[in-house]
This record gives sequence, C-alpha cells and structure tokens, in this order.
Amino acid sequence: MNAGVITVSYIGAGALFIMALNGLSHQESARRGNLYGMLGMGLALLVTVVGLVTDNQFFLVGGILAGGAIGWVLAQRVEMTQMPELVAILHSLVGLGAVFVGYANALDHGAGISGVELTIHDVETYIGILISALTFSGSVAAYLKLSGKISGKPLQLPGRHWFNLGLLIAAIWLCGLYVEQSAAGGGIGVTILMTLIALTFGVHMVVAIGGADMPVVVSMLNSYSGWAAAAMGFMLGNDLLIVVGALVGSSGAILSYIMCKAMNRKFVNVIMGGFGTPKSAGGVAGPAGDAGDVKPIEAQEVAELLLNAKEVMILPGYGMAVAQAQHVVYEITKKLRDKGVNVRFGIHPVAGRMPGHMNVLLAEAKVPYDIVYEMDEVNQDFPKVDVSIVIGANDIVNPAAQDVPDSPIAGMPVLEPWNGKTTIVLKRGMSTGYAGVDNPLYFTKTTPGCCSAMPKTVLIQC
Amino acid sequence: MRIGIPKEIEEGEKRVALTPEVAAQLQKLGFTVAIESKAGEAASFDDEHYAQAGVEIIEDPRELWTSSDIIMKVRPPKEHPELGFYGVELLKEHQTLISFLYPAQNPEMLQALAERGVTALAMDSVPRISRAQKMDALSSMANIAGYRAVVEAAQHFGRFFTGQITAAGKVPPAKVLVIGAGVAGLAAIGAASSMGAIVRAFDTRPVVKEQVESLNAEFLMLEFDDEDGSGEGGYAKTMSPAFIKAEMDLFAAQAAEVDIIITTSALIPGRPAPELITERMVANMKPGSVIVDLAAEAGGNCKLTEANKVVVKHGVTLIGYTNLPSRLAAQASQLYATNLRHLLTDLCPDKNGEIVVNMEDEVIRGATVVNSGEISWPPPAPRISVAPKEDIGIKAKQALQKAEPKPAHPLAFLIPLVACGLALFGLGTVAPPAFIGHLSVFVLSCFIGYMVIWGVSHSLHTPLMSVTNAISSIIVIGALMQISSDSTLVVVLSTLAVFITSINIVGWLRSDPAHAAHV
Repeated sequence: MNAGVITVSYIGAGALFIMALNGLSHQESARRGNLYGMLGMGLALLVTVVGLVTDNQFFLVGGILAGGAIGWVLAQRVEMTQMPELVAILHSLVGLGAVFVGYANALDHGAGISGVELTIHDVETYIGILISALTFSGSVAAYLKLSGKISGKPLQLPGRHWFNLGLLIAAIWLCGLYVEQSAAGGGIGVTILMTLIALTFGVHMVVAIGGADMPVVVSMLNSYSGWAAAAMGFMLGNDLLIVVGALVGSSGAILSYIMCKAMNRKFVNVIMGGFGTPKSAGGVAGPAGDAGDVKPIEAQEVAELLLNAKEVMILPGYGMAVAQAQHVVYEITKKLRDKGVNVRFGIHPVAGRMPGHMNVLLAEAKVPYDIVYEMDEVNQDFPKVDVSIVIGANDIVNPAAQDVPDSPIAGMPVLEPWNGKTTIVLKRGMSTGYAGVDNPLYFTKTTPGCCSAMPKTVLIQC
Repeated sequence: MRIGIPKEIEEGEKRVALTPEVAAQLQKLGFTVAIESKAGEAASFDDEHYAQAGVEIIEDPRELWTSSDIIMKVRPPKEHPELGFYGVELLKEHQTLISFLYPAQNPEMLQALAERGVTALAMDSVPRISRAQKMDALSSMANIAGYRAVVEAAQHFGRFFTGQITAAGKVPPAKVLVIGAGVAGLAAIGAASSMGAIVRAFDTRPVVKEQVESLNAEFLMLEFDDEDGSGEGGYAKTMSPAFIKAEMDLFAAQAAEVDIIITTSALIPGRPAPELITERMVANMKPGSVIVDLAAEAGGNCKLTEANKVVVKHGVTLIGYTNLPSRLAAQASQLYATNLRHLLTDLCPDKNGEIVVNMEDEVIRGATVVNSGEISWPPPAPRISVAPKEDIGIKAKQALQKAEPKPAHPLAFLIPLVACGLALFGLGTVAPPAFIGHLSVFVLSCFIGYMVIWGVSHSLHTPLMSVTNAISSIIVIGALMQISSDSTLVVVLSTLAVFITSINIVGWLRSDPAHAAHV
C-alpha cells in the first residue's frame, strides 16, 4: 500500500472523528456520531495494520485479542453509576499506552536525522512521555478517589506549590539533559527519571483536588490524554494522531472550562487544589446560629405532601446515582404526573461526579427529556414549587454559596429550593457534602423535613 | 393599672379598640379593663361578651375617662355630640391616651394633651420598622381597606369579576387597575385576583414589582430606569415632573381599557393626595366602570370623588368612602385591638400591669407624641431600614461591574496575537518543514475541536467524554507503527501498548456510550 493511500485514509478517518464529535451535539444524532467514531477507528486501524506493519503480526494479534477480551468483559460488568470511575480508569489506559509508545520511540530514536530536526524530535518525545505519564498516574489517582478506595478529601502537603514548581524545574532541566544525551545515542536513564517525576506530579495534582471538583478533574484528564496523543503524533510524524489528539484535547479543555464556570471557579484554582478545606473554620458551620435540628418526616407524610402538590421539583445529586434510585424516582414521577402533578427535574451543571452525570442516569431510567431542566431554567420557578425533593445532593443546593461569603463554595451558582414552599431532603446521612461544607438548607424553616427512608417506601404509599 | 375603652363617637365609626379576646389577654399582663357600655355593639361585640371576659362595664363615659389610667381609642378624641364633654379635658397627670392621633393634623389637641400633663401615644406614629410590624395599625387597617375597596367595587360593578363561558354567553373577566402597591394596594390586588379579575398594578417603586407579581398581577413599568420612588420608611416619595407626565400617560391609556380603578397610593405623609385620575380619564372610561378612591379623605386621587359618598359621573361610579376599615368593623377591631395589645406588651415589660414609657426604645419613642406633658413629636428621624435599598444599589452596581469589565484597550487583543506570531516566526526560521506541516495540522484541529465541542448539549457531556476517551485510543496507531521494529524491547513495549489500548477500544464498542443519550 503506498503512502498516498495511507494518507488519504487518515484524512478520511480524521473527518469521521470530527463528524463523530459533531454528531454528539444532538440527542437524535448522538448514536450516529458514535458510529462515525467507530468507523474512523476501524479505518485507521485497518490501514495502519495493512500498510505499515511488516513484521511481528503475531504479537499484534495477540495484544489485540488479549486486550479486547478484557475490554469486552469489563464493559459487560460495569454499570452506569460507576461511569466516572470507568472513565478515569480508561483515561489511565490511554496514558499508559502512550507511555509505552513513547518509550518504544525513544529506544528506536532518531534514525537518520540530526541537528535541529533531532532536537525537535527529542523534545517531542520527551513532552509526549511526560504528558502520558502524568495522565496515567493522575487517572489512577482519580479512579481511586472516585471509587472511594482513597479519601475524597484533598490531601495538601505543606509547601505543595513549591513542590510542584520544583518538579517542573527538574523536568525542564532533564529535558535539556535528555536532548544532549540523546544526540549521543543515550538518554534512557534521564527519560526514566523524568517519567518518575511525571508520575509523582500526576498523583500529587489529583489528590490535592477536592472531591467536589472531580468533574473538572475527569474532563481535564480527558484533555491530557488528547494532548498526549497529539504529542505522540508529532513524535511519529503522524497527522492522524495529531488531529485526534487535538480534538480530544480541546474537547476536554472546553468541558473543564464549562464545569469551572458552572461552579464559578477559576480553572487555575481548581488545578491548584484546596477546594473543600476552608482555611478558616468559620466557613464550615454556615450562618451563625442557624443550625438546628433536622425534622424527620414519615414516608406517608411525604406521599401526602406530593399528592397535594401541584408543582414538584426533583433535584438529584450523586446520592441518587449511588442508590440507583433513578428508576424508582421515575416511577413516582409517572404516578404523580398521571394524577396531574407537574413533576420536573432540575439539574445542576455539576451534579454528580462527571459532566452530565444526572442526564445519563435519568435517560437510563427513560425519563423524557422535556421534563428535565437545567438549573438556570428552573431557578426562577421555585417560588411556585410546592414540594422540592432533594435526592442525595448537598453542595448544589447549599444556600451557603450565596449567604456565607467565606464559605468554600461561596459564589457557586446553586439551585434554590428554599424559595419554594416545602423541601424534602432524601439522604443517607446528614453529613457534609463532597466539598466538606455543612448545608443550612437542612435546617431552615422552609425544610419541614428530611426523610431517611429511601424512595421505595414512598412509592408504596402513592 | 386600669385600661378604659370609651365608645367611638365619630359619626359612622363602628370599630372599637378592644375585643373580648384581647381583653382576656390584657388581664394576663396584669391590667384591669373597663369598657363603656355598648362600645363594641357596632362591631358585633356586646356587653355580655366583654363581661364574660372579665371586663367591667361602665355606663357613664365621663366616669370612664376620669377613672382609667390608660384610655385606648380608635379615633382621636373629640367633643361628645350628646353629652357635650371633650375627653381630653377630663384627663389629668399620669393618665395615658393611646389612639390614632394624627399629631400633624391636630396640633391643638396635642397642645391640650400637653397642658394636662398626660402621656399620649399615637398609633399612627409607630415607626414602620420590622420589629414594630406587630403593632403597625396603619398596615392592618390598610390591609382591610384594600380588601374592602375590592368588595365595594364589586358591589357597584355590573358584571362578574371572573371570566366565564356559559350557555347564556361568554363573560369577559373584569380588568382591575390598582395604583399604588402599598399594604392596601397589595391587599386589593390579592382580593381582586382571587375573585378572578385580571389585575394590573402600578407603583413608583420598582422594588414592589416582585410582590405584585407574586399575587398574579401584572406590574406596569414605566420606561424610567433612573428614578426610584422608594422613600424613607417604606413610603413613596415625590417624583420628577417628567416621571409624573409619563405616569399620567400610562394611566390615561389604562383608564380607557380597564373596568375598575382602585387608587390606594399617593398618601405622601403630610400632603394632600395628588391627582392621578383626571376628569378626562374618567370620561374615557367605559360606562359602568368603577373607581374606588382610597385617598378620598385627603382630597382624592381623582378630583371627581366626593368624600364619604358614592357618585356617578360620566357613567362611572366613584366610591369615596373614607373609612373603609370601619365597614369591616369586627375584623378591623380585632386587628386593631391586637396591635394595641402588642404595644402594651412592649410598654409593660414586667407583666405587672404597670406601663413604662421607655424613651430609649425606638418603637415607643416613635409612638409617644406627648410624654408627661411634654410634646415629643415629631420624633427624631427613625433609624429606618434603608439597608434593603442600599443592598439593591450595591447589587445593581456589582451586576453592572460584572456585566461591564473595565474597557480594555481596543488593540489589547492584538498582544497575544503578535506574541504568538513572533513565536511562530522564530520557530519557522529553525524548524524543518515537516514539523511546520504537523504544527499547522495541529493548530487547525484545535480550532475544529473548539468549534465542534461548543455545540454539544449539556446532557451529552458524558457520552462526549466517553467517545473522546475512546478515540484517544488512536495512539494504538503509534504502537502499530513501531511493532515491526527489529529491537525486541521496542516490540515488547509496542505489544503492551496495543494490548492496553485494545481494552479501551473494545470496551467502547461494547458499551456504546451514546446509548444512554438515545431515548
């Protein structure tokens, strides 16, 4: 197969990937977009295998079969609620794969080039491995955090900014060293050292970020895996890798930006970490003197409240995902809507642990899209709402974001159920949210109760 | 101490300053209570009820005025039409009078009270601050007036309020315009809209828009952004001529359209009511329309209204009743008596039946117009709650600042462009053409990604992330390009990379991330 055919196929694959992303702009075309992506991937793989692989096909097939089998089983077992962790661990696979590719290239390096070309190639290799390694270790750390295997609380070493700066300077200095040694045909030792630094940096970066910022972290790692692919593309002189890497990289970056905007936070601050542990203890308690008892409510009372309401707003959070409550919630919704109660869902942009998490869950439970609204669409409607049900959400319905200036979540736009008549909070526990902030909503006058019973009990009463 | 309640002697006044229920509560504070015989009759509280509540019934009003330590009334005292005595002249030192007194309008009475050395508290001078709301009789009376205004309008209006489609034809809903959204205005809005009318409201204070809309009424806005009629203490202030002109144009347009106008506004303290509805506007109204003028006593918002009368002019019924609360006497008495009880509770902190006029207390200081013979009216400017207004101002300013970040230099956007250009130029002079080719592909792809991703709807962010994650497995290409190497180590590494990325790719094919989005 000649080079022209390969290039043309790569152009086709690149176009398919762009169409894949474009297809995702609408519900109707989302599935088609996904299909385009698969086609693009298939085309790229086929052309590369046929056109560029000249030897060692046995290893190739073996690798694909072994990996494919694992992927097959993994995808079968994973449920939707576990998706944030799943996404994180998949990012780590991309990162790890890219590290191997980078090393393979570094070992095989620079045949037949010299001078500036070699320098540029070496720098590309170096940066590629660096980004890949930190994507890998960062994703693993994010996976551990999201799956609850390590604490969601931000771990903040003293002087961590200096530590990061030190790592960065060391990485740059090693880069110079690598270029020097690589010209002489060596440099693998330096690369390993740099990889260790990048791994450390990735872990350190993610553990320092608070749990409530996890959606940002996940999409940021998504972005990194893209940039890693792009760097690999530069290194190998492969335009397809560059195109796809740039698409994925910018996609992740924009998602991160959207998430940060939804939380009214600066991207740099999120990356610097520290969200979730207020510097001053005063921020934790909410408005002084406001704290009080949580009023418990019986499932039957909840059912009566709901049946007597005209407008009901359901505000789901991560807790609904954990409890897998979306199906039961939708059954209640259906029953209430049959009785003429206008039930709607209000979704906060950062509800859950990844972008659009709630939408996925509700879609899975077949909740129709026209009753699912974004925060900005429903916030002004709360004065008319008779009953708001907060399901496993905390920070996104926390009035402290508006009332307590030194609260760690101050300024973050939140849903405002306290403007409605009654708010019912369904929670496993009345503890603080992922941001580590107490929620005065649970104690205010407008919240007549919080029901510790899970929604199933309410369903029976309806 | 003994509290005495004389019968109201103003013509047409049906209210009374005490109900049997409140009388019982006052006794718990340690007071003894006496009432003039038949004082509550017009408000449907007869002597028997009072007696059952432990109230002493006194036949002779003169005895009541002289023997009570505290006199509580609704209306300011005046010459008794039958017995020919003036209550104030019977008072002496250490007696206290609590009533509506309108000190601004009644300077002679104030003087007479001071000469007799009594203490007088005016219910109309209770400062309008949050803490004093429970004794704000002006508000409780205004509330009743607003409600009653709608009831009066309904009585004189020849149609339903609510729209109906009946077998006998279609009935359009009545359109009601309420001018002034103070307490009375809001009560009128609430009553009219609950009767099914289409209600519109106007007020010079934009802050009340939300309150009006919360009662399902439409708030008529003037396109006047810079003028806010919110004066001190919750009253409206006088507006500029240009504003008033625009306001009158609005009223003229509305008059031709609506069926009922209720004017509640414009009682700027101490001034005659401004004319809001001109004769021409009245003439333009549909025949059968109704105007209820709550400012009739102060001259009326419409010059055609006559105080205490219902007149028909240009086919429009103008209702000028001045004492609407008295037309709901039982309710008004109950609320007013409760206001008085709250005031007495504050005056009697030890609950021992002795009142203490504590001039340090902002509310009591405001209400006290004569203190043991010394005129203490007008009170020093109350520390009224201007905070909300400031808040709004600050918020608006903040919003403005947010909306308009300080204007950047018009060419400032060029700086990063030039910097990028220089950097690219520097790179271009040394880098090989192949690199530049890749760089252009990279930069253009970034832009494509940027453009495409912004179009993705929020609910598809998760599928987007899954798909982008999956397609970033494209680095398998990198592994494939190197797997045919001669170096064993390179082959091993490449195989590992193929293995790992295959997990990702097959996982993607299997789980179909766009599935969830597809409903």
